[in-house]
Amino acid sequence: MSTSIKHAPLPWRRILTIAPPFVWLVLFLLVPFLLVLKISFADLQFGVPPYTALAEFKDEALSLVLNLRGYALLFTDSLYIATYLESVRMAVITTIFCVLIGYPMAYYIARSEPSVRNVLLIGVILPFWTSLLLRVYAWIGILRNDGIMNNLLMGLGLIDQPLEIYRTDLAVHIGLIYAYLPFFILPLYANLVKLDVRLLEAAYDLGARPWRAFFSVTLPLSMPGVLAGAMLVFIPSVGEFVIPEMLGGADTLMIGRVMWTEFFNNSDWPMAAAVTCVMVLLLLIPLVFFQYSQVRQLDARGGRRNG
Amino acid sequence: MSEIRPGAPWSGSADDFVRIDDVVKIFGDVVAVKSVSLNVGRGEIFALLGSSGCGKSTLLRMLAGFEEPTSGRIFLDNEDISSLPPYKRPVNMMFQSYALFPHMTVEANVAFGLKQEGVPRNEIHTRVYEALDLVQMGAYARRKPSQLSGGQQQRVALARSLVKRPKLLLLDEPMSALDKQIRQNTQIELVKILDKVGVTCIMVTHDQEEAMTMANRMAVMSEGRIIQCGTPQEVYDFPNSRFVAGFVGSTNLFTGTITVDEPDHVQIECDQLSRPLYVDHGVSEPLGMEVHVSIRPERIRVHREQPEGDVNWGHGVVSHMAWMGSYARYQIRLDSGKLVEASVSRLAMAQNDAPAVDEEVYIDWSDDSATVLPS
Repeated sequence: MSTSIKHAPLPWRRILTIAPPFVWLVLFLLVPFLLVLKISFADLQFGVPPYTALAEFKDEALSLVLNLRGYALLFTDSLYIATYLESVRMAVITTIFCVLIGYPMAYYIARSEPSVRNVLLIGVILPFWTSLLLRVYAWIGILRNDGIMNNLLMGLGLIDQPLEIYRTDLAVHIGLIYAYLPFFILPLYANLVKLDVRLLEAAYDLGARPWRAFFSVTLPLSMPGVLAGAMLVFIPSVGEFVIPEMLGGADTLMIGRVMWTEFFNNSDWPMAAAVTCVMVLLLLIPLVFFQYSQVRQLDARGGRRNG
Repeated sequence: MSEIRPGAPWSGSADDFVRIDDVVKIFGDVVAVKSVSLNVGRGEIFALLGSSGCGKSTLLRMLAGFEEPTSGRIFLDNEDISSLPPYKRPVNMMFQSYALFPHMTVEANVAFGLKQEGVPRNEIHTRVYEALDLVQMGAYARRKPSQLSGGQQQRVALARSLVKRPKLLLLDEPMSALDKQIRQNTQIELVKILDKVGVTCIMVTHDQEEAMTMANRMAVMSEGRIIQCGTPQEVYDFPNSRFVAGFVGSTNLFTGTITVDEPDHVQIECDQLSRPLYVDHGVSEPLGMEVHVSIRPERIRVHREQPEGDVNWGHGVVSHMAWMGSYARYQIRLDSGKLVEASVSRLAMAQNDAPAVDEEVYIDWSDDSATVLPS
């Protein structure tokens, strides 16, 4: 099926429809990325720009110099490898908790009366009306040693000493889960709200208790929503900078922070670019997996109907 | 069991295998079902007939366990199931749109109910293929529901609802998702399968032909109540109200007053007709009472000559005629202005040189054709 679409001539109307987003992506995603890729193969030098050119024409010879210093350092210096692993671990934990917390929320909203549903959805979207920076600042106020939470718990006599959460990995996790939860809930909600309630009734009718019905009908049918939401949480979490910078301790390692340090503190553009390129590659793997599962699902739904 | 034929009077024992006892269902301030009592016998195919919003679906959902009655009780095989959740009832339902699980194969769909029961794996396999063979879908076991036609999906849904050998099978508008052309055959085929299995069945439909084709008995519902309950023939021939007469088949309604009331006949004076109505059954209404009389279109004969008797005929002009293929539908405007519908068979038309539009005609009918409606 997909091959027949590929080989079909594109009518001009279709080209017109596809062109704007295509041009947009090329101009603002592909071209900048190629620039970053180019810089990642350059060498550090003092001046403007602070990196060497890749191609040089000198003495009637065109020389192309690919400097692999950044990449070599990435794969030899254990600090970088540890940072990547730590970032992925952070993102995985964030994603798992977003699934565990977000699924019941999305389910509840989807099963509510339509009038209540909209109010709850606004509740999920409302935080976006405030800038992320402000919301993370608010978390500092909550989590600090002399912050709202510790004062409250100590006032109630539940703890004697303030809980040290601020400037730890736990604070980063709380911040990441808080910030990315809506990105999980919304696509899952869109999926769950379309689920035919009669399928659940059919499961009950055939003897499935509510939990069995959930695991054998609702959950498998909502997997596309879970996957979409999980990708929306995982991918930006890996490269997140603001939250680990503001809530994390000095030892919280995340790629975003390393990139920042290389770029602004060390002015090592090639190194920062190499860090970025490897991260993009890292993120492409789950994306490809996601795309593959989507295509397979579309095929299963209607692809073989004519066969 | 094999003697039960579609539409034939049900001849099983008149036990009350399913007993619906004074059931009421209220949603907010809407009374969906108002005090319904009903008995259905073992092995019977029973139809709840009514237009949308009459409460038939709510009643079915209470039988399945998706709704709990506000008051009243439901018994199945002498067990009170009124407040049992659906997954504990020996009741299975074939849903209107079939509600097949789209992510499972045909085989997994049918096996689902048995898996919940914890039936051993090899027994599941045997019973699934038994059920699929019963509906002639064994060859499609590995397909997904989206790869089947509507009729095939219906068969799978039927197999899925029969595989657990329920005490009671519920059918929710079983034919509504099928094309009209294949409905009639499917109805008869479905009844054959149900007879073969011997399952007690309650179906909901808004299609009176479907109810009459498939059911041994039926109940006509309106506004949350059962208006009349009986065999399709009883309900068709002796409707108990103007509503039923009009809902089950089409009919001609006349209004008149009773002038003679004997045990074996009544005579009714009717301004809309040239002669009084004579009905060969007694009624319980007093003399002088205004009553309604129903005469089915196929009971009315159309002639050019004036009928001989001095009752049961009228005079008018053909205002419209439509060929329906196997019969012709006449509309005749009587002298009183009343419009009467008559179905004239091809046989009668051939014998009688069919009257044309604008021709003067007489209509008449036999003594046993009319039914006096109590309400």
